[in-house]
Parts: sequence; C-alpha cells; structure tokens
Amino acid sequence: MAEKVLMKGNEVIAEAAIRAGCKHYFGYPITPQTEIAHYMAKKLPEIGGVFVQAESEIAAINMVYGAAAAGIRVITSSSSPGISLKQEGLSYIAGAELPCVVVNIVRCGPGLGGILPAQCDYFQAVKGGGHGDYRMVVFSPSSVQELYELTVEAFNVADRYRITSMIMGDGMLGQMMEAVEFKDEENIETVEKDWALTGTRMKREHNIITSVNVNPYELEKINEGLQAKYKKIVENEQRVEIYNCKDADVIIVAHGTVARIIKNVIETLKHEGIRVGLIRPITLWPFPTEIFEKYASVPKMFLTVELSAGQMVEDVRLALNGKKPVYFYGRMGGMIPTQKEIMDKIKSILRGDRDG
Amino acid sequence: MAKIVFIEDRCKSCKLCTTVCPKNILFMDSKKLNKRGFNPVAVSDMDKCTGCGFCVTICPDCAIEVEK
Amino acid sequence: MAKVVFKKPHALAGGPMHYCPGCTHGIIHRLIAEVLDELDIEGSTIGISPVGCAYNNYLYFNCDMIQAAHGRAPAVATGIKRSRPDNIVFTYQGDGDLAAIGTSEIVHAATRSENITIVFVNNAIYGMTSGQMAPTTLLNQVTTTSPYGRTTKLHGYPVKVSEMLSTLDGASYIERVSTHDVKNIFKTKKAIKKAFMVQMEKKGFSLVEILSSCPTNWGISPQEALKWIEEKMTLVFPIRIFKGFDLEVGK
Repeated sequence: MAEKVLMKGNEVIAEAAIRAGCKHYFGYPITPQTEIAHYMAKKLPEIGGVFVQAESEIAAINMVYGAAAAGIRVITSSSSPGISLKQEGLSYIAGAELPCVVVNIVRCGPGLGGILPAQCDYFQAVKGGGHGDYRMVVFSPSSVQELYELTVEAFNVADRYRITSMIMGDGMLGQMMEAVEFKDEENIETVEKDWALTGTRMKREHNIITSVNVNPYELEKINEGLQAKYKKIVENEQRVEIYNCKDADVIIVAHGTVARIIKNVIETLKHEGIRVGLIRPITLWPFPTEIFEKYASVPKMFLTVELSAGQMVEDVRLALNGKKPVYFYGRMGGMIPTQKEIMDKIKSILRGDRDG
Repeated sequence: MAKIVFIEDRCKSCKLCTTVCPKNILFMDSKKLNKRGFNPVAVSDMDKCTGCGFCVTICPDCAIEVEK
Repeated sequence: MAKVVFKKPHALAGGPMHYCPGCTHGIIHRLIAEVLDELDIEGSTIGISPVGCAYNNYLYFNCDMIQAAHGRAPAVATGIKRSRPDNIVFTYQGDGDLAAIGTSEIVHAATRSENITIVFVNNAIYGMTSGQMAPTTLLNQVTTTSPYGRTTKLHGYPVKVSEMLSTLDGASYIERVSTHDVKNIFKTKKAIKKAFMVQMEKKGFSLVEILSSCPTNWGISPQEALKWIEEKMTLVFPIRIFKGFDLEVGK
C-alpha cells in the first residue's frame, strides 16, 4: 500500500529526488526554498549521498555541471535571484548536453524583491535566461503531490534527452503542507552514459565534455543537433491538464498554484450559469501548443491569469495565432488574486468592457 | 653515446633549447622551414651530446627526443 | 640499441599544441603528463580546462577532460570529486581565471579542503584576450589595460595567491615554483608530483602556483621572458613552499 504522508512542498522535492536515485545535492540558502537543502543535508549522508553547501549559486551550478559530467543524477535548488546567478552555468550545461534537475521556487522580483510567491520568472525559464539558443524542459507543478511526481519525472526526462529539467514552483507551493502519496516503487529510467567522465582506465579513448568550438561549421552542426533534440521534445513531452473546457464561453489559461484558484472560480460560476474552462500547462516548455489548436474554436475568448505582469500570455497568443482574443489578469509583488477579482474580470470581458 | 632526435614539425623556433645546451651544439637551421613555417632546431655536433636532456626539459613542444 | 630516455609522455595527446613559440604553458602540460605517467594515474584522472589560453587543453591530455566556465573550475572539480572520490581530479587555471573571476571558487575549494589538485599558471597577464592587466600584473607593468603601467593608485597591488590561500587551514599543500630555467622546471615537476600524491593519499587540497612566461603579450623574446620572470616576477612572487612542507607523501 503506497505511503501517504503530510509533508511540506520543499521537503517533498528533496524526498522525490532521493527516490529518483539522486544522491548528490549542491546548493545555497535562499528563501523560500531552503528546506530542500535542510532535508538533503540530513538525509543524504544517511544513504551514502553527498550534500555540499556551495559558496554561491554560481559555484553550486558549476558543481552540478561537474557532477552531471561525471554521469550521476544531480540536483540543485534555488529561488529567483539565485536562479539568475546560475544562468551562465545553465547555458554551459545545455551546450555540453548534460542532464540535471534545477528547482526554482519563484519569489517576487525584480531585484531582491520579496519572498512571497510569484510566477515572474517564466520568460527566464522558458525563453532561456542564459546566452545562446538553448532550452530547458520546465515543469510547473500545482500541488505537493505533483511536486513529487514531476520531480521524479524530471530526472527521467533529463537523462532521456541529456537536458536540464527545471521544476518551477512558487513560494506558496514550496512552503505549504499537503498529503502526498508515495509509490512503493519509483519508475527510474536508467540510460547508458558512455560519454561520462569516469576515467579511461586505459581501456578507452578519453571523453571530453565541452561546449566550446571556435569552428563555425562545427558549432553550427552542434546547434543544429540541439535544435533537433528540442524539436523531438516539443513533439513528445507536452503536458497539460484540461478542466471543464468542453463548451466553455471563456477558457482561462493558468499554471501552478494559480490554476487551483481558477478551478474554484469555475465551480462557483457554474451556479451563475457562466461556463468557464481551464487549460493548465504542466510543461511551460515545451508549451502545450497542440491543445490550443484543438480548443481554439471552443470559447469566445481566452483569459490568462498569472502572478506576474504577463509573460505566459504571450505564448498563449502565439499558440492561438490570432484566432481568438486573449485577455490578461495578473498580480505582482507577492499578491495573490482572490476568486472575486478573477470572477469580476471574467464578467467584465464577457460584457465586452474595454480592457481597462 | 647519446643522440638527439628532432620532431621537426613540432618546433616553433623559440630557441629556448639553444640557451640551455651545456655543449652549445643546438642552433636554428635557417636553411630549412618546417611544416608550420619555422626554422627547426638542428644539432651541430651530435658526438658532443651527453643526453642530459636539458633541451627536452625546456622545450615547450616536445620537439626533441633523446636516446642513450 | 639505444634506449629512448626522453620522449613525449603517454598522457600528453599527439597533436602539436597551439601555444605561442616559447610559451611555458607547453612545458607545464608536459610536466603534468609526465607525472600522470609516473604515478600511473592517467586512467583514473579527470582534468578541467579553464577559460584562457589553455581553454582547449582538453585536447592535449589523454585522460578524461572537461572545459569549465571562466573561474569556475574548482567548483566543477568539487562536483566531480564529490561524485567520484576515487578518481584523481585536477584543474589547470591561469591568473585571470583563478585570481580574478574565480577567487571565490578557489578560496572555498581550499577552505573546504576539497581533495583536488590545482595547477595555477601565473604569467601576470591575460594571454588569450591579448594582453590585459591581470590581478598578478606587476606594478609599473604595461598592458593593454594599464597602458601607462600599473599603478597602486589606479590598479592596486598584485595579488599573492599562494600566500593568501596558505592562511586557510583547509589547504594542505601549497607551493610556488617557476619555469624560468631548467633547474626550476625540475622543481616544478617535483611540486606537481607531490600535489598529485597529496590527493592520491587523500590528504586534502593541493595547489601549485607556477610562474610562467607570455612572450607575445609581454612583447619580448621567449628567452628574455624567462629572464623577466627571474629578475622581476620572483621578487613579487617569491619561489617557496607555503603549506605542507612537512607533509610526507609516498612513504
């Protein structure tokens, strides 16, 4: 019988990583995600794992770069400002095609900002915060149970494609406690890592992990290889939840914890005879464009709700390509929208109010 | 009796070996160009070579090997 | 039949190296490779290339290699060593890489006493990017970014890495050596060998700072460059052991 436990989001991420066979964590303290480090510091030594508190997030991501190159499962976690510091390292990891898992428990910005929940790192995560044409698979969980499931899946996807998987939650998700049901047996996909740095033992040619190539013909080939990989991921790894969209007048697009508020809004408005649906992207990259092609014809309009000034809304507009109007409603600074605010917005756009 | 073997195409004509040879038998062969367009190192009197390896020690490019 | 006494070490890959004529990087690479051969650890060693002139020296060593972001090699080394503690891990870094952008990483790798070996090449200038001032550039030394000579008022003082790191208890073995003549090259090899043995015997953090030449950017001949090291650099960067004098290895 699977084990059911009441647990804090951050700790579930750490436990999920361990269950996924990851025994190495390199990180740096930053609110609101440091419980991940606490958990790892306590648990990893018990199972022969390694916890290192690095001197900075820059050092931490470069330790991850090294450990991933050594062919082992490895994870680091941080929050927005720390994730900004990791961007160069993430570009190197992408250029060298190394698998790893990076957790961003987003806090409101910019600058030091605040420590409350936000989704304002969307662009940085999905459009590539570092230099060069590269992508990361970005998961956006909306429950503590999904934090567990997606973290385990993140390791499989990372190894499957030799890519960084990012778990992008928000401060609320990391800090809240919910019941989690752990499986008895995890689905761990093991892959052959003959490219890894293990020492030639004088039995093979040396392996080289690098992202530099000053020959433009070769570097373009490398980039074409990366783009082909990303295309395959777009075709195979889009994840999305559809809720009550069948004959909706308005379809709301929201991810993470905001989607939970939207579901309550949908149930409440049913009593007022207002049909609202929800499309919840679970992978922010690859963005679930297929579902938008399928549902473009259904509603009169779309509404994107985010804890930001509006970032995912651009991808929604791109996916719909002008077929339907796309409105936006967002809160910033750590403010969380209430059901009422969102319902008022829905009624306003249904009335056709100018989008004030 | 020691002998120097030159891997001429590795030489970059930096002349450092000529400054350390105790027997002063190394010089840059201005009549020759190696694949990289440098005058490679040459030896004037192989018999004087003691195989001390000073030239090899200071050569940055492993352009010299010594046999004894 | 004559026995080959000196030849290219096995751990040094075949092709010619890209360094400028007379640059002592080439010597240091050969010394490391000779040490890997003599200690028979090429098969278990993983090396880390920096950003700088040696950025692609992963082509020159026959052991497994990885190229690191500028200054981050000690962190990459930490990640590898902590994942594969039985492998031998070394970084190869220049003075811009280690003593400028990478200061935080080297200080903390040392203070954590990571069981890794750092080969730190100090040539008092940025070579790859054509001759800028480095943290180890000497006072009055002219570079492309100190065209009137380095002054304390504008550019402060050369940073003494070995002295600085030797104050950290985590650092087990730190020695500064030089490549400016045959005698000192032998000493350099001895220090590199000792550093790798400190690591092999799990005795903590080892670093060898090697004074090295840059004829091209110093604007002098290879031979004059070695003289400049001896007459100028060794005054600011004295050649001596700073930590681990009494550290026994290879017993």
